[in-house]
This record gives sequence, structure tokens and C-alpha cells, in this order.
Amino acid sequence: MSQTDIEIVVDDPTAPEDDSPSVVGSGTIEILVCLLLLALAITLGYDNWRTGASWDATGPEPGYFPFYLSLILAGGSLYGLVTALVARRAASGSFVTRAQARRVMAVFVPTLLFCLVTQFLGLYVASFLLIASFMRLVGKIALWKSLLTALVFTAIMFVTFDIAFDVIMPKGPLEAAFGH
Amino acid sequence: MEALGLLFHGFAVLLTWKTLVLMMVGLVLGIFVGVLPGLGGPNGVAILLPLTFTMDPTSAIVMLSCIYWGALFGGAITSILFNIPGEAWSVATTFDGYPMAQQGRAAEALTAAFTSSFIGSLVAVLLITFLAPMISSFALKFGPPEFFAVYLLTFCSFVGLGREAKHKTVISMSLGLLLAGIGMDTVSGNLRMTFGSAELLRGINFLVAVIGLFGISEILLTMEERLALRGHAASISLRVVLSVWKDLPKYWVTLLRSSFIGCWLGITPGGAIAASFMGYNLAKRFSKDPESFGKGRIEGVFAPETAAHASGTAALLPMLALGIPGSGTAAILLGGLMVWGLNPGPLLFVEHKDFVWGLIASMYLGNVVGLVLVLTTVPIFASILRVPFAAVAPMIVVSCAIGAYAIQNAMFDIWLMLGFGVVGYVFKKIGIPLAPFTLALVLGNRAEDAFRLSMIGSGGDLKVFWSNGLVGSITTLALVLLFWPVIDGLLGRVGLTQRTRATSR
Repeated sequence: MSQTDIEIVVDDPTAPEDDSPSVVGSGTIEILVCLLLLALAITLGYDNWRTGASWDATGPEPGYFPFYLSLILAGGSLYGLVTALVARRAASGSFVTRAQARRVMAVFVPTLLFCLVTQFLGLYVASFLLIASFMRLVGKIALWKSLLTALVFTAIMFVTFDIAFDVIMPKGPLEAAFGH
Repeated sequence: MEALGLLFHGFAVLLTWKTLVLMMVGLVLGIFVGVLPGLGGPNGVAILLPLTFTMDPTSAIVMLSCIYWGALFGGAITSILFNIPGEAWSVATTFDGYPMAQQGRAAEALTAAFTSSFIGSLVAVLLITFLAPMISSFALKFGPPEFFAVYLLTFCSFVGLGREAKHKTVISMSLGLLLAGIGMDTVSGNLRMTFGSAELLRGINFLVAVIGLFGISEILLTMEERLALRGHAASISLRVVLSVWKDLPKYWVTLLRSSFIGCWLGITPGGAIAASFMGYNLAKRFSKDPESFGKGRIEGVFAPETAAHASGTAALLPMLALGIPGSGTAAILLGGLMVWGLNPGPLLFVEHKDFVWGLIASMYLGNVVGLVLVLTTVPIFASILRVPFAAVAPMIVVSCAIGAYAIQNAMFDIWLMLGFGVVGYVFKKIGIPLAPFTLALVLGNRAEDAFRLSMIGSGGDLKVFWSNGLVGSITTLALVLLFWPVIDGLLGRVGLTQRTRATSR
């Protein structure tokens, strides 16, 4: 059998380089996350205290259970903060390298734009724009292939969800023009 | 043998053209999801959940569980052919599966993987068929304190037995429980933690969070890595299948051992990943020739795959019988049950016989159909990987958005999904586990209700959790598990001191 031959090869020319410098260390991010969680715990804890975290005639008040949870969360994040600060002396690994950050942003920013466009022009227009431009600009795929894929995929989604399964998506002026 | 009669009834429910077609669709979609990078079992099921909103619950669960079986099968394809585990539980499969493919035995390895997956799930489904009705009828006697004790046990075992840093598990779990509490309080009807926002009134939907945490964050993580891949193409001939099956009886000890490990770890939360590694390591340890593992030994494929699938299937047992999911995917299926208006828990077996037995019957049928399907269509699915990620990634983003929006028809949920995507990305990179968060988010309200109802019943006396033998032993067990690392350490020290005394003597 000739199955030893490698038959499927996919290259990744824009792959992040291995020697790219680190943008930020994991230790720093860990400290940041713990601080944010601590702030969240305090905010939620305060809100629950305001709602009522003690007992009344009928039993525990609405804030009782979440109030103690915010205490646990605050405790956990404080502990995490201290360990992260102590461990900071030792070299911590890289959270993300510059090349990796560039690639992650290449997906994150279009996704963010996609959400914005969905809000104003509807999901299907946004979907077409996202797929076509992502394939063309990030993937460097031929324009006609990108447009065709985007069109076919969006059409399939529209037929599956809006028509076949009656799951209605947000729509904008374009769909309105066609009476949907 | 009441279970058998009900099971046959379940098959009768299933055997209509409509359900069979849905089953095939689910399996194909599932294998797709399992093969594609950046999509896995839990998020595949979460994204495709909206498709089922307008179906009746039985058809819906059949399709969704088939997506799950498909994803379990699909993970093995990329592990063996490309050395890329499609799912974390397929990592152990690459150890021997990929070397086999390199030696030109890809077809053999794939057949072994699919067959052992099938055997693993079969053992677990048999267990579910006979054990789940017993457990649920036992659990019918549970009151709120017992339920809270069981929830506590679930949470504590995550903290005590998880491999991540304890404080990170605690953070993830308390955050999940807190977010679950946002919105209307189910007992008193008061609003909590909404800060006057109308959007937060509805609360944070569990499925929206899951789609963001697993779907969006997975794409961000996938992009960070080098996406180049080289792999083998393989087609499976009947001759190879038969020759692997002929040798199966030789490996019955491995298969049985892995099935047991899988079932055990599947029922206790912890899951398929641990099961696959444990299955592999034990097979290696008990082997007469441990050196040959990692170099393309067929047992090295049998052991982890059987365990992973037994565990993935057994995770549905506590979900069906008690309403407590044993894995991330089971948690999402549980979220689905609530969307379809079913109340998970022991009453399910009484009130929705058709649904439960239809689901159990679909596990048998889905696995048989799935086995045949993957064996015949492997070449097609392997070639999906030729599709560039730049085309797949935006499609996944769109599917995630559709899924998130469809749950409550809210634009806010799309933004929430994006937010959870970032949270998931950061959490994964600094080692905060996501599974406890998911579980806490789906169980949060139920756990709180159980706690408050028992408190109301007892007049605020915590002793209610030790008021009888049953609830007392569950609560105690939960606390033992929570402090297990400490207890284990103490026991170790005692053992150590005795040993040193023995040697000094």
C-alpha cells in the first residue's frame, strides 16, 4: 500500500516566527486579571450587600448566596495576586509574542467589526463582508474565490436558519429591500 | 427487565425517517466539527444548538447527541493522520496512532480507533441503560438538602481533584456561580447585580457564554500557532477492517480496563481527558513489552480511545439521572434541555419517558451508524483540512454569532459572546480552567435554589446538611474531596514518618 506517501500538505506562510520578542509576560497578565477579578468581586459584593445579604423572616435574602460567593472570589483573586507577585521575581513565560499578537489581532479586529456591522446592517451582510474580506486580506486567497465562498456560505446560512428552521437573525436595510 | 422494555419502546420512537435523517445530519456535522481545527465537541454542540430550537425535544436531542458522537469520532482522524489532536482527549491517541500512520498502517490505526470508540461508548451506554433508571428512582426521594449536597460534591471534587492550581479553580467556579446569579432572583423575584441595565435583566445566558468561551477564544488561540500541516491520506478497505476486528479478542483486557476507567471518570466530573491518558498509561504499565509503546502499537490506540469514549458517554449518566452534567458537552446538552422546556433531574425518567429512552436508544443507534459512516468516509473528511483556515475562521465566527443571537434574539448577546471570547482566551493562557466555570454557570441557580430551600426548611440551621445518613455522608464526602490535597499530604507525612522510623530502627 502506498499510504506512507504524504498526500495532504497545507502551508502557512504567515505563521508567527518562533524568535519573535515577547510583548508581555504571563506574570503581568496574571496580576492584571487578578486585580480585575478583585474589583469585580468588590463591586458585586457591594451590590449584593445593598440588596440584602442577611436573613429575614422568610430565610436568606436575595443577596445572601452571591455575597458569600463574591467573598470567595475576592479571596481567590487575592491569593492569586500574591502568588503572581511573589513568582514575578522568577522569570515568567511570555504571554504573547509580537508575531502572535499580530495574528490574534488579525482575527479579533475583523470579529469586532463584524459585530458592529451586524448591529447596523444585519447579520447576513456582515457575514458576507467578513468572510470575503478575511479570505482576501488575511488569507490572500483569490478575489473571486473569496467572494464566491462568502456568497455561498451566507446564502446557505440564510436558507438554513431564516427559512428552513425559522430562526430569525438580525436584519438591515438590504434584507428590508427584498421584503424580509 | 423493565429497562429493556422501555429501551425497545425508545427504539420504536426513533425509527422514523425523520429522526434517522436528523441522526445522519448530526453525525456528519459532528465529524466535521471534530476534524476542523478551532472547533471541538462542546462548542460544536453549542453553535448548532439553535438549529434544534424549533424541533420537538426528542428529535433535537437525537441530533445534538449525534453531533457529539460525530465529534468524538472526528477527533481521532486528525490525531492519527496529522498528529494534530482535534480534541484534548485525542492527545493520547497521537502517541501510537501517528507512528502507525507513518509506517503505512494508517487504515489499521483508524479502524482500531473507531472500533474502540464504539466499544467504549457501548459499554457506557449499557451502564446508562441499567444504572440511570435506578439512580434516578433513588434520587426521587431527594429533598433540597440532598440536592445541594450533590451539587456541593460536584463543585468540591473539581477543586480537590483538578490538576490546575487550586485557587484558579476556585476563581473560575465562584465567578461562574456569581454570573449565574445575575438578573432575576428565582426565589424572591428581586433583581440582583444588574446595575440598572435592562440587558442584564435576563441574566447571562449559559449558552452565549459557552459559545464565546470555547468558540471565539479557540479561534484566537488557533491563530497563534503555526497552521501548516502535513499528513497522510488514507482510505479504509474492508480487508483491513476485518483483519483488525479478527485480532480484537486478543486485546479484551485492554478494552475492558479502559472502558471501566472511562465510565468511572466520566461519571465523576473530570472527564475524558484524564481517562484517555490513564487508559494509555495503564495499558503501557501492564504490557509485557512497554518499550514498544509510542512506536506504533495498536494497543496504544485501543486504550485511550476506548477510555475517552466510555467517559464521554458516561458523562451523560449523571446528567440524565440527577441533572448534573459530567462534562462540558453534557453541560451544554443540559442547557438544551432547559431551552426545550424540560426540567433536568430525576423526574425526567418519570415525566418524559419517550424523551429519555429515545435518547438512550439513539446512543446505541448513533454509535453503530457513526461507526459505519466514519469507516466508509474517512478520505472525504481528511481532505477537509485542505480548506485554508482563512476561510474556516470567519465561517466559525459567523456560526458562533448566529448561535449566540438565536438563543434569546438579542444583539447584546453577540457582544457578550465577543467579551467571553476574550475572557476565554486570557483564562486559557494563564491557566484558569474553563470547565468549572461552565459547570458553575449552568448549575448556579439550581444549586442556590437548593441551598435556600433547605435553609428555609431548617430555619437557617446548617446542620440540615447532616440531618440524616444520606445527606450527611454526601456532604462529608464533598468536604473530604475539597480538602483532599491537604488530607493526602497529611496521610503522606504520616506514612513517611512511619517509614523513616522503620528504617532508623
